Amino acid sequence: MSDRILGGFGLALAAFYIWAATIIPDSFMSDAIGPKTFPIIIGIVTIICSIVFILKPDVEPHWPGLGQLAELGLAVAAMFAYAMFLPTVGFVIATSVATAYLTWRLGSRPLNSVVIGISTAIGIHVVFKLILGLSLARGPFGF
Amino acid sequence: MEILSSLGDGFAVALTFQNLLLALVGAFLGTLMGALPGLGPANGVAILIPIAFSLGLGPTSSLILLTAVYYGCMYGGRISSILLNIPGDEPAMMTCLDGYPMALQGKAGQALTLSGIASFVGSFFATWGLVLLAPQLVKIALLFGPAEYFVLFTVAFATLGGVSSTNQAKSAFAAMLGLGIAMIGVDTQTGVQRFTFDEPHLFDGIDFLIAIVGLFALSEVLVFLEHHKGGAAAKSGRDVAVGKLMPDWPTLVSTRWTMVRATVIGFIAGVLPGAGASLGSFLSYSVEKQVVDPHSKTFGKGDPRGVVAPEVGNNAAAGGALVPMLSLGVPGSGTTAVLLAVLLSLNITPGPLLFANNPDVVWGLIAALFIANIMLLLLNIPMVSLFVRVLMVPTRILMPVVAMISFVGIYSITGSTFDMMLMVGFGVVGWVLRKLDVPLVPVILGILLGNQMEVNLRRAMTISDGDWTVLVGSPLAIALWAIAIIGFTLPIIMGRRLKSKIEASRPSEEIAAGD
Repeated sequence: MSDRILGGFGLALAAFYIWAATIIPDSFMSDAIGPKTFPIIIGIVTIICSIVFILKPDVEPHWPGLGQLAELGLAVAAMFAYAMFLPTVGFVIATSVATAYLTWRLGSRPLNSVVIGISTAIGIHVVFKLILGLSLARGPFGF
Repeated sequence: MEILSSLGDGFAVALTFQNLLLALVGAFLGTLMGALPGLGPANGVAILIPIAFSLGLGPTSSLILLTAVYYGCMYGGRISSILLNIPGDEPAMMTCLDGYPMALQGKAGQALTLSGIASFVGSFFATWGLVLLAPQLVKIALLFGPAEYFVLFTVAFATLGGVSSTNQAKSAFAAMLGLGIAMIGVDTQTGVQRFTFDEPHLFDGIDFLIAIVGLFALSEVLVFLEHHKGGAAAKSGRDVAVGKLMPDWPTLVSTRWTMVRATVIGFIAGVLPGAGASLGSFLSYSVEKQVVDPHSKTFGKGDPRGVVAPEVGNNAAAGGALVPMLSLGVPGSGTTAVLLAVLLSLNITPGPLLFANNPDVVWGLIAALFIANIMLLLLNIPMVSLFVRVLMVPTRILMPVVAMISFVGIYSITGSTFDMMLMVGFGVVGWVLRKLDVPLVPVILGILLGNQMEVNLRRAMTISDGDWTVLVGSPLAIALWAIAIIGFTLPIIMGRRLKSKIEASRPSEEIAAGD
């Protein structure tokens, strides 16, 4: 069933892609086949693959249960939040929080997680910013 | 002779203090990444590319650092295979078969030393193979016109699934995803916007580094989260007891023909499209077993030759895989695809012209491979117990660090929140695709090669004035089409059998994607 859903998704994606290719504006410069042809070929091959998925699906993969999906969803949300708040709160604070969350979810005890979070953030800051001179996000406190 | 003098120039480039230091750092990090389950050459190199880039290293120096990491991973993978029966990366899978039984017999140290020497031999001769074969391939590649190049890219995609692929439709689907993503942004030939929907973040297209780090590194973090695998690879100190390091001389001598056979097989497997290091080690082990022990009397029970063969094989294949990548610009495996990304991010186009335009880069790189290989031998035999200890770092600490370094890398090159979110998005897509058994490497290769592939197609069509038969217009092109078609259909016929053979020898643990 999963493969059939992938196939259906592939068909929709390819249809959208081909439509988006046909609305590419024409340019005054032009070559023999133009900017639309190759994307349309990509779309057509995607359609063929998707039809194969629908007709001949593989064995069902092992999907995680609802609890684990929620776990993954939260981790992804945490990473999105990290990306969003990094420039405002600065590297060390954002990284401490995000690392603490991830290591806690991977099985560290709560208090340890905080310590691991802070030391990871400081460690990366020292190695990449102070020693190697990369630019990390500067928050209101300059780190 | 010409080759030797070029190689001499290469050593002059590589033997500066900075480059030697980078080779050492790369060799060290590579061994570390290879040893740790969950970090392999593909994602290890991937998270280091943006960092090497923002350090402002020159092309040669960056390449030296990252290929040293690549060679180092091939060494490091064996450590956890032998001690814990968990391959540190995909190609080290076969090393488990005889390495772990040797460790159980108390000969872990000897197995590590033997496999370290084996890795050195494989890499050393494969690097010579690269020196001799790559310039010859360049001569052929210079005959290629745009039409032939277009077909060559098709060959790369058709064969990338590899002979052990079970579902070619999924490989093709993955390649199309990558190519489709590559089309986003300004069309270089006419200057019109494609698939950007007036979103300014997309005008320049999607940076392949964002896709690579997301697909390889972040999806790995999600896999670990899903399974709640937070423990260390080595549970207790006893797991990592190494014991006596030096094997006795007769044992070492008894493996000499194994080394010769496995080097040849591994190198060929590496050069051929769609094979790579994993298949190199698998073939080396299987052939060796057929030759010296057809009735399975000692193989699988701790035969030193069973440790040597796959290690020689995967290292030789790693060197061999660099041949098509450097001389044609077409990588044959996941990790070489990532190395191609390194070159592209440094604005170097690999292929025949690389040897003519940037000889310092090519030969400096090759010289650095020789140097890194010697450093790796020195790091991996006397200092092996240091790397062994790394196996006791629990993944609940390691994986968040991997995630954060991924963010650091992308932030330092783009400084954009949008791009970091895009990377997380790629991580999620990568996780879903892995669940569905859709390979990630063709996606990456599609993003990397998409524009060149299209440019060559359009150039060919412009030259022929829109006549599609130009794509089959020369014997070379027809031969390439034949390879593509055979490479694509062969796995459909025999892939399942080979796959089940490889799966049968796989230990239970999950391992890193790509090779």
